[in-house]
Order: sequence, then C-alpha cells, then structure tokens
Amino acid sequence: MTIPVLTLLTIVLCAGILVGGLLAVLLDSMVSAVISAGLASLFASVVYVVLAAPDVAMTEASIGSGLTTMIFLYAIRKTQGNTEDKE
Amino acid sequence: MIKRMFIFIILALLAIIFFNLASNYSESSSLSKLGHYYVEKGPQEIGAPNLVTAIVVTYRGLDTLGEVTVLFISAAGVGLLLRRTRRRPPDEPTQHQQSQKQRSKKIISTHKAASEIVETATELLLPMIILFGIYVFMNGHLSPGGGFQGGAIIASGTMFLLLALPESHLSRLMIAITESLSGFSYVVVGVLGVMLAGGFLDNRFMSLGTYGELFSAGAIPLIYTFVGLKVGFELSAVLDRFRQEDNSEDSGSV
Repeated sequence: MTIPVLTLLTIVLCAGILVGGLLAVLLDSMVSAVISAGLASLFASVVYVVLAAPDVAMTEASIGSGLTTMIFLYAIRKTQGNTEDKE
Repeated sequence: MIKRMFIFIILALLAIIFFNLASNYSESSSLSKLGHYYVEKGPQEIGAPNLVTAIVVTYRGLDTLGEVTVLFISAAGVGLLLRRTRRRPPDEPTQHQQSQKQRSKKIISTHKAASEIVETATELLLPMIILFGIYVFMNGHLSPGGGFQGGAIIASGTMFLLLALPESHLSRLMIAITESLSGFSYVVVGVLGVMLAGGFLDNRFMSLGTYGELFSAGAIPLIYTFVGLKVGFELSAVLDRFRQEDNSEDSGSV
C-alpha cells in the first residue's frame, strides 16, 4: 500500500500546525509564542491550498500569519516589561 | 482547583463534540441540492467563472456586508481604545518618569533602525505588493481571491512600509475619506441592485458582458473594488493606530 504524495504532504503540514500551536501555548517568551502562532497559520494556509481552497488560503496567509502577528507584536511592545507569561 | 475542574469539563465537552463530528463524517459523493443549483445556474445568472465569488458577493451578499460591518466595528473599536490613552492630559514629568521615558525612548530607537537592505527592498517591492492587491480584488470574479484578500494584501504592504520605514507618515484624513466613501458606495451599489434588478446586491443591473473577461459579471468588479479598498484602508488604519501610539509616547518626552 502506497500513500499518495498529496496525503503525505497534508499530514506533514497538519503536524506543522499542531507543533506551531503547541509551541505557541508552551513557550515562555511572548514574542516566540506569537511567532509560532503565525507559523501555525502559515502551515494552515498551505493546507488550504492543498485542499483546493485558494480563496481561504490567501486570507489566512495575509491576515492570519501576517497582520495578526504584527498587531500582536505591536501590542506586546505597548505593554512593555510583561514579556514573560506569569502563572 | 475549581478553575482546573472547569477547564477539564470544557475540554471533555469539546472532545465529545469533536468525536461526534469525526465519527459522523463521511465523504459525500454528490453535491447537495443547493450546491447543484449554484453550479448549474451560477455561471448563467451571475456570469462569474469563480463560483466562490458569485456565492459570496451575490447569493450571500448580505453575509459579506455583515463581515465588512464587523471589520468596521473592530477597526472603530481599536481607534477608540487607542485614542483614549493618548488623550490623557500629560502630568508634570517627575525626575523618575523622565529618566524612564528616556530609557524607553532609547529602547524604541534601537528597535527602529531598519537596515539599508530592508529599506531598499521595501521601496522596490511595495508598489508591486500594492499592485498585486489591486489585481487580486479586480480579478475576484475570474481567479481565486476577492475584496477581502486584496484588501489584506494591500494592508500587508502598509505593514511592510511601517516596518521598514518607521518615519513614514500615513495621512489619516485620506484613509478615513477613502474608507467611508468606499463603504458608502458599496451600500449604494447594493441599493441600486434593489431598484434596477432582483434584490439587494444583485449584480445584474450592469450588463453581464462576455463570460470570463475582466469587465464582466455585472457589478461584481465594482463591488469588490469597494470592498477591497475599504478592507485595505481599514486594516492599514488599525496598523497605523498601533504604531502611532508608540511614536506619540516618545515624542512627548522630546
């Protein structure tokens, strides 16, 4: 039994989303967490392309991984000093 | 302890929901009745090769208007929240505050320096990014993409500009005028659809043209141009608000 390349690609990319999401939750540094969340979005947008939804992929790539990350980074800079997640 | 319990209960409920979704999932081999209608009648009725656009702009036009409204409200909220902190009257700076301000200014200014390569690349790439955004929303009825995507790409261009050339100044008045005008025109086009064609946001009051050409599919290019401009300028304004706050903070200490 051979796995089609596209399925394999989808699985790898979905694993990327999971890793990105987990890192966003687990990382201590705020900036790294935001970057990993953006990374998860980027993987998600590639998954959308593979699953034949280019319209959604464009939105996800530009808003999810671009603008949201940037706005979060600006917000972190505004709340200077609280760079670490305190329990 | 109770907080923990709540978290576990919510997690368990989510797990049940997702398990049900996953266990009931089966790949459908044929389109639903509504899907059939869209696929068969869409090209004749709307004249847009990109069926997603035909559905988003006309069949589900009110939803799109709602999305634009949601975006508008959130942009207005950002404007309101960030403006309030800026309006606070500046109290007399004490010695401690002043030194703190100078320190924060130093941090900001070290953050702000962009390298020559980044600046040059921005000057080279920015027009192309903006042009690509315009291409995406003008061709929304032909190829993947549309008003939201094109607008988001234009806003990414603005983000690029603000990152590489932090001293650049965006005219807030120009942004406000363009945004309001395009939002207003969008609704006017929708009302024209009521008066001249079948209903709100009906695109058939303009001629459908030749199937697959740039100026075809009735009012869809017009609608998407307005949506694209509105979304692009709105998101740019949000980014500018976040950025400007930093500038006003350190310009206060000068």
